Amino acid sequence: MPCAIRFDSCRSFLMVIALMSLAFPQLAIRAFANQIDDANTPLSKEAQDAGQPQTEQIPGIVKEAEQKRIQMIREVSPAVVAIFSSSGDGGGSGVLISPDGFALSNFHVTSGAGNFMKCGLNDGKLYDAVIVGIDPTGDVALIQLQGRNDFPFARMGNSDLLKPGDAVFAMGNPFLLATDFTPTITAGIVSGLHRYQYPAGTFLEYADCIQTDASINPGNSGGPLFNLQGELIGINGRGSFEKRGRVNSGAGYAISINQIRYFLGHLKSGRIVDHATLGATVRSGSSREVLVDQVVEGSSAWNAGLREGDEIVTFAGRPMGSVNQFKNVLGIFPKGWSLPMVYRRDGQKQEILVELAALHTDTELMEFASGGAARPSEKPGQPKPGQPKPDQPEPGDKPTPQEPPLEGHSEKPAEKLSPELKKLFQSKAGFTNYHFNQREQKRLISHLASLSGWRGATGLWKFAGDDAKGTSLSLILSPDGAGMQWGETPFLQPSAGANWIDEPPSSGGFLAAMLHWKWLLTEGPEAFSDVYYLGTQPLDGQLGDALSTPLYDALVLSKTGATMTVFFREDGVIAGFDFKASRDQPTCNVRFSSWGTLGGHPFPQVLKVSSSGRSFGEFTLKTFEQKSSTSSEATR
Amino acid sequence: MKHHALHLQKLLQSSAWFSRNGIFRSGLAWLMSICFLLGGPQLLPAADDEMIAEVQPKLVKIFGAGGLRNLYSYNTGFLISSEGHIATIWNHVLDQNTVTVILHDGRRYEGKVLGAEPGLDLAIVKIEETQLEHFEIGDPSSGSTFPLAAPGTRIVAFSNMFKVATGDEPVSVIQGVIAARTKLPTRRGAYESSFPGEVYVIDAITNNPGAGGGIVTTVDGRLLGMIGKEVKNADLNTWVNYAIPISHLQQAMTEIMTGNFRSSKNTDDEKKTAGRVPLFHSTDFGIVMLPNVVPRTPAYVDRILPGSAAEVAGLKPNDLILFVGDELVQSCGEFLDQIGRLESGGKVKLIVRRENVLITSELPIPRKSRPPAKPLR
Repeated sequence: MPCAIRFDSCRSFLMVIALMSLAFPQLAIRAFANQIDDANTPLSKEAQDAGQPQTEQIPGIVKEAEQKRIQMIREVSPAVVAIFSSSGDGGGSGVLISPDGFALSNFHVTSGAGNFMKCGLNDGKLYDAVIVGIDPTGDVALIQLQGRNDFPFARMGNSDLLKPGDAVFAMGNPFLLATDFTPTITAGIVSGLHRYQYPAGTFLEYADCIQTDASINPGNSGGPLFNLQGELIGINGRGSFEKRGRVNSGAGYAISINQIRYFLGHLKSGRIVDHATLGATVRSGSSREVLVDQVVEGSSAWNAGLREGDEIVTFAGRPMGSVNQFKNVLGIFPKGWSLPMVYRRDGQKQEILVELAALHTDTELMEFASGGAARPSEKPGQPKPGQPKPDQPEPGDKPTPQEPPLEGHSEKPAEKLSPELKKLFQSKAGFTNYHFNQREQKRLISHLASLSGWRGATGLWKFAGDDAKGTSLSLILSPDGAGMQWGETPFLQPSAGANWIDEPPSSGGFLAAMLHWKWLLTEGPEAFSDVYYLGTQPLDGQLGDALSTPLYDALVLSKTGATMTVFFREDGVIAGFDFKASRDQPTCNVRFSSWGTLGGHPFPQVLKVSSSGRSFGEFTLKTFEQKSSTSSEATR
Repeated sequence: MKHHALHLQKLLQSSAWFSRNGIFRSGLAWLMSICFLLGGPQLLPAADDEMIAEVQPKLVKIFGAGGLRNLYSYNTGFLISSEGHIATIWNHVLDQNTVTVILHDGRRYEGKVLGAEPGLDLAIVKIEETQLEHFEIGDPSSGSTFPLAAPGTRIVAFSNMFKVATGDEPVSVIQGVIAARTKLPTRRGAYESSFPGEVYVIDAITNNPGAGGGIVTTVDGRLLGMIGKEVKNADLNTWVNYAIPISHLQQAMTEIMTGNFRSSKNTDDEKKTAGRVPLFHSTDFGIVMLPNVVPRTPAYVDRILPGSAAEVAGLKPNDLILFVGDELVQSCGEFLDQIGRLESGGKVKLIVRRENVLITSELPIPRKSRPPAKPLR
């Protein structure tokens, strides 16, 4: 049974060393293996050499490789973090990934360490760190070290390029040995790839992970796995132990860095990040094909046409040959992402786009997160400020039934924290650390400044243009509602009552979507009752490999039950938005393929509209008229 | 250094390894922890992924009996003919008429045990297929032999340890070095291995649940040995990682494949006791068992001889014996086998179930000298 390996107490250190020594007598023997002069039939020249006492026969190429390795380890060591809970009763490892101090670790390490922790680097210094975001299902946590803007950091590699047999190096803080914070380095090879390790309940699932024989021991959790080039390719967190006790048994597992790339934006949002389900179950067919078992009616997969008995051919671009391969895909993407899928029915292949549904309810996530993490600034059971859903049960202080025991977390008194540090943590339901979400919200909202010319222009807007076939189009957005004439057909969406409908039909509610877009421009994010930063995601299932997938920052704004998610390119330009009138309705995807100037201000000129993976229309807006606001403004 | 090396090797081969000398042991422990902390094994470049890709199709995953607590139900095996002959470890997983064999590409077969040599821990399983990638074993009588590798030889081990791989997933690959070539001291009764010859002791953790029947190759993919059982030293509580050199298995493999093998009867009890003369019988302790009539007779006590050690220890008729020492016994045969391999002197711990309560008792082991062992093969 594979277990997560958090190191809980320094006290057991000596005991563990003793046990470890007993468990690995062969290592002692090996140290002298070169010296054992045995009269054997040599297998080869190489074996013979190895069997002889070593002289100065080491080939130059070996010495050179060794020097390179030493150099690589010297270069990456400064980025390896020794994590200690602020009370000093536990800890683990981590790795810095940016100069401003962001570092990756395991959820099962930080959950025991509290919201603030102490992090040692190999410069011998101890830094304060604060929790940023957690992914309890994937066992990943993001923390930020404080006090420098020039932290050493690791370069991320491409874990999809690994092959079995590749040299890898695990670095970290096994058995909390590093009292001077220099990492322990263990070497090994890639023993297996795309491994699926079952979760404990629905949490701590290691999908598509890397298996290695490099020693991974308690305390290594959260630490980096490097390739020979010194690139970060995984986060170590688990091992198969069974009856040999909780020390390395030759099979350790690391979360692939490519999975973490997909989640990183979400982790930076300070949220409790969730994984996904397809809304359909699968099984193996008689010739190892992956067949759809049951599809939840109304799920994205259902809406896209997937039905029981269909054979899944590819998922997110990967061929499907086993249920594990299916789980490996599902396990590496955050909820809400849309993935391409090819299925076969009656010999015919169909390509669809499925939006991944949440694996957990908000309540489940919060219960798990608060059950594992100490919250110094609040007591469980007290009402929290700003809780948006008062009907949700309070996150309890008891662990969820499925979670493995994560004992030893500290209830650290808050008074030891400096005021500067305290400011870096803000608790809010559904968030690991709301402070970081606010920071990201501000960053994205600042991009809206270029659209500030629209502020206050709340009157009637009238656009004219045409679609891709040249059919004329006029679109009116007024305080009373939205209207559209497309060719001969009129469509209408009144504002009164906020009763958003799928108008025009099969657009996902394009008219309601445009009304919300107008509100964002004229009244700003303040016009929405709830605003948060979601993280990053690709648009419309456009997945490249993990390194080339274009990701967009997503800002979620809700108002009267409807939600719009606005996507920002890296340079701040808005690429479009999704609109969902309510949880059960299909999404209207509006993409801005080009920006122009209308009425003297920047405005998206070409709108591509689609819903449930089906294109609805491509509209080019050519003219714009504005009538000033009248008394009807108040009716909105 | 040389002095230490010889000393250690001597330790492995002799009873000094099990010395209860505390000072020596703590020194050894310290030494080992240093070795461990210095980064463990493998200071040399990693294995070649092309070699690994070539070897992987010759490995199979075997699923069979077991599944109870601490008793895994899976083994590894390797193909030794294009017609589906598979060499694997002879253990409880093969205790059913057929086993499930899964090839590297996910193809699934019913496998039958064609033959076994319990004294070598070897079994040959057969699946019905042709044109399979495999290792050439060759006929030793026609001069085809497998040379022995020397200590210090770098190895790569392939096995489905911990059942990490299922379906078409490739088995786990780990690297290591042959640390020693030595006999496992079976005569002490401390190891449960029945293999009497020299084995490769490996510095990597090759012998995990399910790894038995896996292989050890050179870094260029030449077959060296079959990964052995999980073998534990009862005194030190340590596990030994070892592989049986193919050269020891070659003849039996060829004979079983060609049908010339003088097969032992593969019953539950004989396979355990083959090549071993039991030193004790349950009556030596005053325990009379229910007649061992079927292969899986449960280990129920029939009666207790008056005045015996068992009576003193409080054992009663109808007790179900579950453990002898730390070994789970699942049948009367296994119980008698465990009793048979006890060493003279000292005590043995028995755990029995009596009306759903587990009861532990300790019985002194009488002094007895062993009759001369029968030579093996």
